Formats: sequence, C-alpha cells, structure tokens
Amino acid sequence: MYEGLIAETVTLTGHGGDEIGAYLARPLGAGPFPGVIVIHHAPGWDEGSKEIARKFAYHGYMAICPNLYHRFGPELAPDDAAAAARAGGWVTTDQFLADAAGALTYLRGLPVSNGKVGTIGYCSGGRQSFLAACELPIDAAVDCYGARVMEDSPPDFPIKMEAVIGRAPKISRPILGLFGIEDQNPSPAEVGQIDAELNRLGKEHEFHTFDDAGHGFFAVDRPSYRVAAAVEGWRLVFDFYGRFLQ
Amino acid sequence: MCSYIVEKTAVTGSAKAAGAWAPITGAVVSVDHPFHATLDHALMIDFVNAGRSVSERVALELSVESARELISCMQTALDAFAVEVG
Repeated sequence: MYEGLIAETVTLTGHGGDEIGAYLARPLGAGPFPGVIVIHHAPGWDEGSKEIARKFAYHGYMAICPNLYHRFGPELAPDDAAAAARAGGWVTTDQFLADAAGALTYLRGLPVSNGKVGTIGYCSGGRQSFLAACELPIDAAVDCYGARVMEDSPPDFPIKMEAVIGRAPKISRPILGLFGIEDQNPSPAEVGQIDAELNRLGKEHEFHTFDDAGHGFFAVDRPSYRVAAAVEGWRLVFDFYGRFLQ
Repeated sequence: MCSYIVEKTAVTGSAKAAGAWAPITGAVVSVDHPFHATLDHALMIDFVNAGRSVSERVALELSVESARELISCMQTALDAFAVEVG
C-alpha cells in the first residue's frame, strides 16, 4: 500500500479579506478526501498544532490550520506571535469566525475534496470549535476541553471571554466533546450543564469524560498528557469523523 | 485551561537577551499555558520595548511556586533597600 502526504504553508482569505497563513497537510492521491480545520490553541500556531494536522493527513484527511495570530506579525516565531496576542487582546470572535470560514472555503475548493469539513480544537480552540459548530456550515465539530462555553469569564478578568452556549440553538451538525474528569475549567459540572442544554435543544452530540485525565490530556509535550485518554480520544475522533465526514 | 489572565504595566529599565542590553518600557504578565517550559501553567513575563519588535522581548516562564518565591525574594530585597536608604 502506497502512503504519502504533503504538508506546506498556504494562504487563505480570512477576516476583512486579509490573506493569512495556514498550514495544510493532505494525503497525496486523487481523493476524494474529507477536510478538517485544526484550530490552534492559545500558545499559538506552533509545532504541536501542525503535528496534529499531519496526523489527520496520515489518516486520510486534508487538514488545514489557519494562523489565527497572522495579523500580529506573519513572520513572527509562534512564541513571539503568542506574546503579541497576549499583549494585544487575543483575537475577536468575529475575526476567528471569518478566518475559519476562509479555511472552510479553502478546503471545499480543493479539487480532491469530498465536500465535507469538520473542525477540531483544543483548550481555547475547543471553545472556538464549538463556536464554529454554532455559526459555520461545517459537517461536524470536535471540542477538546474548551473552557468558557457555558460561562463567561469572571467580570474582573482583564480579557472578557463570552460564553457561547447561547448560540447553541443554531447548531445543525453533530458535536463530539472530549473532557477530563480532573479538569477545573471546564469542570465536570460545567460539561454536564452543556450536555444537558444540548439535550434540551435536541442537538446531536456525544460527550466523553475520561478518568485519570485533566485539562490538556492530548498534549504530548506537557505534564498533562495522559496516554490512555489520548489514545482512546483519538480513536473516538476518527470514529466520529468516519461517520460524519467520509 | 487557557486562563486568558493578562496584566500589563509600564516599567523603566533595561533587559539583556542574546548578549545585548536594551531599554524596556513595559511588562506583560500572564498566567497561562507556557510555550517552552514543561508545565501545564506558568507565570509568564514578557519584558518589552514599545518601539521594537515583540521578537526582541525578554521572556520568562516560571512555575507558579517559583514565581511566588521570586516575588517574595524581590520584596525582601526592596524592603531591605528601603531600610538602607531610610
């Protein structure tokens, strides 16, 4: 069996018509292939995020990871761009959604696309993946321990992060949620509230909360990594996308 | 979690990185996921110069425990200096 993939930086049209950088990893071959938008976490458009994109390509998906910090300096190293984002107030919801919409258009426009695209995000990206499920015409979304879905950030916080659960009535496609029981944000109680609200709204979703795991259990380069939860989590992601994107 | 906790303050002084000194005008302090330190969360300080690229900043990522120790150490030194100068 022949296996091959290509991974490269490309540009796509994002918020305000801006051309922003993105990392595209896709299988070689005629396809058709489903697509995944990989939403990088707050530490930036980093090596780990690009590694996730390549993992999807290995599994037969075209994965694109837009640089949400492009406007802070397209040539900056990821850590410097993240520092600029911290100092500059991160990115707005509208800007994220327009950049993600640009990634969606890009993937669906590739000649080897099967037309179906999902999103996945971790931590802050998990919240944004949930947000994309509410606002964009994607086919499936994966939220990995996204905080600030159910509750706003505390009023005395310098950066206001609005809860997104109020947008949930607009969800039209399934959501997979992956969480750790030791996580404090989102806590198991908050995950239960999101689950209950999606049930109340009749929104298709499946949530899994892993024992012996907290926030960031997928992150292979952090102490939070939990091999059992991560391995099972990846199996669930590919099972979910296999059902809704293939 | 991504805490998004960020505080900023103006500072007066200089910082040295990559073998060169440079004036700094501000500090951005956050407690969130670090970029390099193998910690889930860290106190991060970016000493910046408003007129220069962010890539020229001097960056620290400290464990929460060691950051508290550092704060205590700095406070002790400043208190001793205050006594010394009256």
